[in-house]
Amino acid sequence: MTDASPAVLTLDALSVRLPAGADRPHAMKDVSLAISSNEILCVVGESGSGKSMTANAIMRLLPGGVEIDGGKVLFDGRDLTQLTEAEMRDVRGAGIAMIFQEPMTALNPLRTIGDQIGEMFAIHTKLKGAAITERVLSLLEEVRIPDPKLAARAYPHELSGGQRQRAMIAMALALDPKVLIADEPTTALDVTTQAQILALIRDLQARKGTAVLFITHDFGVVAEIADRVAVMQHGLVVEQGPAAQILDDPQHPYTKQLIAAVPPLKAPPPRPLSGETILAVEHVSKTFRTGGFLGRGVRVTHAVKDVTLSLPKGGTIGIVGESGSGKSTLARCIVRLIDPDTGVINLNGRDLAKLSREEMRRATRHIQMVFQDPFASLNPRRKAGELVAQGPIVHGMDRAEALAKAKELFSLVGLDPAATDRYPHEFSGGQRQRIGLARALALQPEVLVADEAVSALDVSVQAQVLRLLAELRQRLGLSIVFITHDLRVAAQVCDLVAVMKNGEVVEAGPIGKVFGDPQHPYTQALLASIPGREFGVKREAVSV
Amino acid sequence: MAFVRAYFRSPPAVIGLFLLLCVIAMAVSAGWFFPRDPLALAGRPLVWPFANPRFPLGTDNSGRDIAAQIFYGARISLLIGGVATVIAVIIGIVIGAVSGYYGGWVDNVLMRITEAFQTLPNFLLLLVLVAVFGSNITTVIIAIGIVSWPAPARLTRAEFLSLRNREFVQAGRTLGLKDMKLIFGEILPNALPPVIVYASVVMAVSILLESALAFLRLSDPNVASWGNLIGLGRDVLRVQWYVSAIPGIAILVTVLAVSLVGQGLNDALNPRLKGR
Repeated sequence: MTDASPAVLTLDALSVRLPAGADRPHAMKDVSLAISSNEILCVVGESGSGKSMTANAIMRLLPGGVEIDGGKVLFDGRDLTQLTEAEMRDVRGAGIAMIFQEPMTALNPLRTIGDQIGEMFAIHTKLKGAAITERVLSLLEEVRIPDPKLAARAYPHELSGGQRQRAMIAMALALDPKVLIADEPTTALDVTTQAQILALIRDLQARKGTAVLFITHDFGVVAEIADRVAVMQHGLVVEQGPAAQILDDPQHPYTKQLIAAVPPLKAPPPRPLSGETILAVEHVSKTFRTGGFLGRGVRVTHAVKDVTLSLPKGGTIGIVGESGSGKSTLARCIVRLIDPDTGVINLNGRDLAKLSREEMRRATRHIQMVFQDPFASLNPRRKAGELVAQGPIVHGMDRAEALAKAKELFSLVGLDPAATDRYPHEFSGGQRQRIGLARALALQPEVLVADEAVSALDVSVQAQVLRLLAELRQRLGLSIVFITHDLRVAAQVCDLVAVMKNGEVVEAGPIGKVFGDPQHPYTQALLASIPGREFGVKREAVSV
Repeated sequence: MAFVRAYFRSPPAVIGLFLLLCVIAMAVSAGWFFPRDPLALAGRPLVWPFANPRFPLGTDNSGRDIAAQIFYGARISLLIGGVATVIAVIIGIVIGAVSGYYGGWVDNVLMRITEAFQTLPNFLLLLVLVAVFGSNITTVIIAIGIVSWPAPARLTRAEFLSLRNREFVQAGRTLGLKDMKLIFGEILPNALPPVIVYASVVMAVSILLESALAFLRLSDPNVASWGNLIGLGRDVLRVQWYVSAIPGIAILVTVLAVSLVGQGLNDALNPRLKGR
């Protein structure tokens, strides 16, 4: 797009060595990239591809034991790899600025936003008190924070996630850097906030002519924002070129595979659903009260408000919404990890909400849960086979029999049955999620509640797990409650969908209808915010 | 095996383990080297070390062999350190685990009790217990265990608070595991490493507590303990200082060994903390 303008930042065959004993000798090898002013270069890759290491290597912010061992980073006529630490400090912030994934941890919680942005001027310029305050306010205005004066006086925890990220961007742009490195800046944000931040970065980049190096794992974001794209795998750049070319006509097999794994937004044709209802949630509410003494100063959160849903036998209902919408609380109410305040949870004619703890313990075999985090949801001190066998043993199966059954389940979810003797840390993220699935299936439940079960996985692994889930649903006749924030994923696996906001279901129905013709303004806003929306739709048109 | 390798990579940890093994060897071999009762009269009182080859470390004010008392004293010190630590850690783990897992009023009640124990200086509490129940060695050991549990309890509780909401615990609940199984089968193994490391501190303090009791002549006078020997030496401290100094060095070495081993365990169990 802007091929004529000269490169501001050039990486010339840059290599970064990992310490001995790591899974590969180099975090990145012979990486060559060039970023011109006035363009956004997206570096895409899955976890462990070396994309974040690229950003850290440019800034020379590498963890201990990790070193640059070849190549150059040319910026402003100088090779950054040769600068002293003091010279490098002048480049950071003033020449090349950086924004991070999680603005809460990147900001100092004990100082106000205005103070922290002002520090940039105090360190790098000769500006004094009043002049700094003025510049801070104009910056906050530029990133369109509502009420900049108030925001400057606020502490990080007093702002929302999106506002914090805006403050981070304001800080990064304070000294008009020539290059802005953004490392997954929208990954921790909700989809509607993400759309706003992406628009802001695009807009600021166009106005100021900054070169942006944008690191992401999400092809939707790439389609939304990139001028040029570089795809990384195992520390190598496997393909780079203009965005349109990479997205529409990828050449390298890895790029093709990545793009194919992005679920299209359009739902597949509806499956016939049984008329029989297996799980009915009626008027369920849950309120949390925190703090307060003798009824004073109590903070009340209506996490779930009067939710009614029904799941036909063999069907899948998606519960979608942003963080804080109450979807996870609802899932935990359904399996009674949390006791709902009011309402009926009717599983096969039995009200789970009325069961005593002991009765619920026995009823758990009918309804099982798969958790989000493949690292936190498996006890690190138990062998994988034991983890899967645990449920049947608790419900009275003989230990040897349960372990034999665990091996069967391993092959059912596509794992090597011989791996039952290994500990969870010896498996990859996707494999761990399969173990979690095997554990839930070990009790032969009728209903499976999957809470963000694929959200922590890389897109290609995600596609595999989703395929597995669909296959198991068919084979075992499972009914699934599928909780997710990712509408693309929901479109692929769900028959029905319920959209939640602030604890309430604002719209529900067959997924094709809700996504194809949304009625509620919130559903419309959610769908409109999905990054690279056209990209998904276009691809659908091609593949049909 | 990675754990063992990580442990042996640190020289202080290896030195600590070596010293601890020496003390254990002394305790084990006491009967072979000194077949007689260590508290029986053996020769003239107050023989200086190295003066008489029969008494390499000399004799105390009543003519008992100091070397024999040091060897037998190793048994008593290790017994006190070991048993009192086990008592303190078990009470601490049970109270901390229940408190941290259930939270709410259970936690409030148990933590107020823990604080009541913590606000009393534990040596004073120990004196009271010994004064009330007498000072034979069993009572002393149990009393030391009882005054040392609050710290392990707080540590266990803190670990439980952060672990109880982890997804693997919730997964256990959705499988229908009972509370006791969740607490002791699922959470405890994950909460244990810092508690084990802390046990070395409890052990060192237990040995010191017994010595302090003995110094005040409130420990069991019928056993050969290092503390008793120091207490005896108090009367002749200005001239025959070796009577107190020799068992003092033995205590110093043992406590140092236990602390070094504890530090080594800590580094080996938390490999990420190293190199800081």
